[in-house]
Amino acid sequence: MKKLVLKRLLQVVPLLIGMSFVSFIIIQSSPGDYFAQMKMNPEISPSTIEHMKTSFGLDRPVIVQYLMWVKNICRFDFGVSFAYHIPVRTLIKFRVKNTLCLAVFSIFLSWMIAVPLAVLAGYREGSWFDKLFSLLAYISISLPSFFVALLFVYFISKTGVLPLGGTRSVFDISAGSFTIFKDYLRHLLVPGLVLCFVNTGWLFRLMKNNFVEVFNTPYILAAWARGLPAGSVIFKHTLRNALNPMFTILGMEIGNILNGAALTEIICGWPGMGSLVLEAVLSHDLYLVMGSLVISGFLLIIGNLIGDILLAFFDPRIRLS
Amino acid sequence: MKNFLRRLRKHSRISYYSFWFLIVFYFVSFFADLLVPYHFDEQFRNKPYHPPTKIHFVDNEGKFHIRPFVYNTSMDDPVFRTYREDYSIRYPVKFFVDGHERKVLFVFKTKKYLFGVDRPAGIFLFGTDTYGRDIFSRLLYGGRISLSISMIGVLISFVLGMITGGFAGYFGGITDQILMRMVEILMVFPSFYLMLSLRAMFPLNLSSIQVYFLIVLILSLIGWAGLARIIRGMVLSIKEEDYVLAARSLGLSHWKILVFHILPNTFSYTITAITISVPGYIIGESALSLLGLGIQEPYPSWGNILSSTVGNLKVIGDAPWLLLAGAFIFIILINFNILGDALRNVLDPKNW
Repeated sequence: MKKLVLKRLLQVVPLLIGMSFVSFIIIQSSPGDYFAQMKMNPEISPSTIEHMKTSFGLDRPVIVQYLMWVKNICRFDFGVSFAYHIPVRTLIKFRVKNTLCLAVFSIFLSWMIAVPLAVLAGYREGSWFDKLFSLLAYISISLPSFFVALLFVYFISKTGVLPLGGTRSVFDISAGSFTIFKDYLRHLLVPGLVLCFVNTGWLFRLMKNNFVEVFNTPYILAAWARGLPAGSVIFKHTLRNALNPMFTILGMEIGNILNGAALTEIICGWPGMGSLVLEAVLSHDLYLVMGSLVISGFLLIIGNLIGDILLAFFDPRIRLS
Repeated sequence: MKNFLRRLRKHSRISYYSFWFLIVFYFVSFFADLLVPYHFDEQFRNKPYHPPTKIHFVDNEGKFHIRPFVYNTSMDDPVFRTYREDYSIRYPVKFFVDGHERKVLFVFKTKKYLFGVDRPAGIFLFGTDTYGRDIFSRLLYGGRISLSISMIGVLISFVLGMITGGFAGYFGGITDQILMRMVEILMVFPSFYLMLSLRAMFPLNLSSIQVYFLIVLILSLIGWAGLARIIRGMVLSIKEEDYVLAARSLGLSHWKILVFHILPNTFSYTITAITISVPGYIIGESALSLLGLGIQEPYPSWGNILSSTVGNLKVIGDAPWLLLAGAFIFIILINFNILGDALRNVLDPKNW
């Protein structure tokens, strides 16, 4: 197990290097000098610009620049956003937290919905229940996240049942941490439900296919033949084996969620990475774009890693091989 | 082809209808400018956010007319944008009415529109937007842009994926290593962030035609990686077949074997893969346009019709018909998904 995790960690290293290199190239080939805009800003003194130039090594060859940039990134120093005039790190830290909350909330919720439904539908394959939920899954897969988000926003603009935009509406200083937490959750609900809706469909389909596949294997038939109770066959023998492949797609799911979250955040006004990167692109804030790109790639790599480790943890065939 | 359709129909009736629906829809959006009642750019300045026009058969005196007609409307309240119908004159719906001159199918100039009503009344089947432009016409025109971008984009990725996947799988060794590492690195990024970052490499104020090709470029650059990986895997297994060895011993060059004997065997899979991946391209284009980074006004696309509703609760509450663009995307996507699912089974040689 330890060896496997270590091996998997080592595989991540070239990916990280490649990812940082691609991000660097993208930003290098962008038009306009980062400092051109800063030089025109009277609020920034020439010495600050000189300091930044040397700290990023912009007066040296490209490869040295890349290495210095990587060194800075390893210390989580992504440079300074020139739209906000504060370090990119500070900006991203706050936004990543919100996006992660959103992602974890919606992934958790959609698993909680998709897995039980898929087990029921797979157990009674071909029943009206199965057909109904397969149809719903089709609809959920075919609805783009931004359209669902817009429909939710329309619904809320008509009814006003949930707050929209931002992370809090209680600005009372004396409010207890529990009130603030409740308020945060209420704001999380709209983008969270949108993402959950978009994500549940394909999870359901994957899970159902896995379940049906395992359910039709000879060893399940053997379990039935031995007279095991239905609960034991379904949950202990089928579900556990059907769940294993789901961990490998966790990484893909995080990618999907990040993509969907970005658009949902922008439409629902949730201050996360997605709305940050959009603002950055619109104001041509290159260091912010690059920081977001690196962080999003990093999150995806971590997601894949967690998925693989979980799989090894739950699946003895992989753990022991 | 006929055989294919029969198999598709036998597999599932719904997917057969989806196939024809998509064909019809592509035709409709290609001939969009023959079918629309207004040019996408024509503004009715006194009718912003006009709700879908009511088409009447019975006038306000209760008399029935065989030819449908509309009433002219005037704005009642400029704040809440409510409209009132003027019952004094009926405007019957006519075929081949005259309007502003426009170009049809990129070449012909004409004043005729397929259907419409006499001015100053307007026939807005799906309402109007903030400048009083007809949403129905814009949706049809927008379909032409959105669907063609996705088609061109997917074809470019397909060619790129074929070439790189074929090379990597057939020649193996160092070529394979380099190409596959490239693919992996490209797939490390969540596609939305990569898309926006690539867009940030270019100036924001490009001309419409430049943006069009830029979007195609970005989408296909992101999309080819997945295809390449799958094709590589298929080529890896196909090249072990006996007929490849036979071709080799007959003295065929590697190039010929790859192009004429191996890649065609991956077609049945790639056609399925293309069908499944078109939705991603449509979403990508719409998302970019929705955020104002894609197709620019006055040209319509399904994304930028939606864009005025983003972050504007009043607009979305007052003019929900703008969301019909999203419904169009949804209908196209669900048909592609149904067709893709069916193709997966129908084109799989195991099921023949």
